[in-house]
Amino acid sequence: MENVLILGATSGIAQAIARQLAARGVNLILAGRSVEELDRLAGDLRVRFNCSVMTKKYDAVPIDAHQAFYESCKASVGRLDGVILCYGYMGDQRKAQNDGLHAKEVIDVNFTSCVSILHVIANDFEQRGSGFICAISSVAGDRGRQSNYVYGSSKGALSLFLQGLRNRLAKSGVSVLTVKPGFVDTRMTYGQSGLFLVAKPEKVAADIIRAIEKKKNVLYTPFFWRWIMLIIKLIPESLFKKLSL
Amino acid sequence: MSIIKQRLSGWGRYPVHETYAARPETNSDLRKLLTSELVANWIAYGLGRSYGDTPLNENGGTIITTKLNRFLSFDEKTGILECEAGVSFKEILDVFIPRGYFLPVTPGTKFVTVGGAIANDVHGKNHHVEGTFSQHVLDFTLLLASGEVIRCSRTENAELFWATVGGIGLTGIILTARFKMVPITSSYYNVHYQRARNFEEALRLFRESDDQYRYSVAWIDCMSKGGSLGRCVLMRGNNAPAEQVKAKNPLPILHKTKLAIPFDFPSFVLNKLTIKAFNSMYYRIHPKDSHKLVGYESFYYPLDAIHQWNRMYGKRGFVQYQAVFPPETCHEGLKEMLERLSGSNRSSFLAVLKSSGEQNEGLLSFPKKGYTLALDIPITDESLFPFLRSMDELVLKHGGRVYLAKDSTLSPEHFREMYPRYKEFQAIRNRVDPNGIFSSSMARRLKIVEA
Repeated sequence: MENVLILGATSGIAQAIARQLAARGVNLILAGRSVEELDRLAGDLRVRFNCSVMTKKYDAVPIDAHQAFYESCKASVGRLDGVILCYGYMGDQRKAQNDGLHAKEVIDVNFTSCVSILHVIANDFEQRGSGFICAISSVAGDRGRQSNYVYGSSKGALSLFLQGLRNRLAKSGVSVLTVKPGFVDTRMTYGQSGLFLVAKPEKVAADIIRAIEKKKNVLYTPFFWRWIMLIIKLIPESLFKKLSL
Repeated sequence: MSIIKQRLSGWGRYPVHETYAARPETNSDLRKLLTSELVANWIAYGLGRSYGDTPLNENGGTIITTKLNRFLSFDEKTGILECEAGVSFKEILDVFIPRGYFLPVTPGTKFVTVGGAIANDVHGKNHHVEGTFSQHVLDFTLLLASGEVIRCSRTENAELFWATVGGIGLTGIILTARFKMVPITSSYYNVHYQRARNFEEALRLFRESDDQYRYSVAWIDCMSKGGSLGRCVLMRGNNAPAEQVKAKNPLPILHKTKLAIPFDFPSFVLNKLTIKAFNSMYYRIHPKDSHKLVGYESFYYPLDAIHQWNRMYGKRGFVQYQAVFPPETCHEGLKEMLERLSGSNRSSFLAVLKSSGEQNEGLLSFPKKGYTLALDIPITDESLFPFLRSMDELVLKHGGRVYLAKDSTLSPEHFREMYPRYKEFQAIRNRVDPNGIFSSSMARRLKIVEA
């Protein structure tokens, strides 16, 4: 791993990943919406690790700009070894139920934009025959629940997309990692009620980097979420629909 | 940006106040909070290592600053580090020890933020020679109640600089700071351990030879009485040069194996007998006079190795009481304080005596020339509070004062006598925050601001 692009670099998990990669001397391109925040982050990494960090403005939703964005990333580092997509939008379930545009926003950020940018990158990696793609989905995508099924279904769609992409790219030596974190202590979850077993972003980041290196397919982090979700998935639908999880 | 209702306390776990907390990650989030109509006023809360109600804001808002923790720049030539105020001392050490730099001043825990260190004007074992942390701060930026961000230094907005140093967060939110790190060639210390049979002997040793040591402190057995009143172990030392450290890497980051106290100890664990036994043992395991090379973790941060050691004191928590006495009265003051403690039915598990250097210009800064004694006292029942009140009177009588970063019980009247420059402080605060956007439980208790 020499040059890595992080999309949505200001997210809590992305920041922890960036620190750990920078500490190993990986050159980073941090991309996201707020250049001010990206620069603040990049400055921090430079002081901590004397490393090379670049920042690029990336807007997920206007997908017609994705190709040009990727070309500009490639132009600045020569060759990208991998991409880690970390952004996501929780939205407001209640609001999404009554406001189609809000629901669309959640789906556009969590799914549509990912399909677009990851295809741009995948096409290049496939042609070259190397590289890794890692995207952060969610355990919320494993089963639809009344409390957040709009977010959940957008993440579920992302997981399914990544599964297909992995299948397609397997023969060209490009690895695709789907990350399903449980509750992580970040800006997205701060202040939410009903959370349990909340993990530190540093721990989740370390798990993700290890899984990328081992070319894993699907990572539940922390690990026990695999078993929690297995149990949740095993509950028969006839019973599940009556539960309030 | 979520704001959550939660109960917060300082390190002493007394008092516990309900507050509306938010944890901004960006400066724009932070600015939005100040104009929020949901919450009347705010106080910054870092890592919660001040003991009492300094960072608490009952029924008001609390801004948790730990995610505003970016390093901004470092100049290898001058050792000047610029970072955001939520950066912890631990992070600084982890990054800069391997490069050969140490903090200019550190308190007895590395789990404090830069902002907290300035707002409480913290001191360390080198106060007698190098002053408080703020004395090494070149400048800082401050977010005012108006939303404006200004730079404060000894020459620029100097009044506000000295009001914010030790100003317990009431002038605004410290955003970033620049301070000078100290070059080191090893992260070890040559420590001289000496037993003193009583506090008088300790004071004599401090007076005679403290100038030979950059770092100096004494652990004191406050259960002893009579001729051994205040017997102690002096621990004084200097940073060791790399040649003396016979290790491949003289600049290791030393993380001791972490122990954790997983639950509140029942209140009977720390009682008079166990504390007495511990104190007596601690005194005896240290030889009369010896020299040792120790790592910075054991020298500065012995308690950081035990996570949540404050649980040791049980659910009711504890108070830490730290007072400073001027040189003229310190003998009498310390004697009375120790006698009163050992004569009462109370006990202090850990007590620390240290010589203190000249006072700085911080309007509410604690340290002043003389000697300071810090005690941990478990809260057993309500009778502790009148006892502390009588201690405050004793301290005042001898021209001393108590440290706000550790206080939770001082009265407004005593505060005013101990900190005579409070009026200047209030005038500056009223000028920069006329609508009282910044307030805290402590500020209201001490009547620094209107309730």
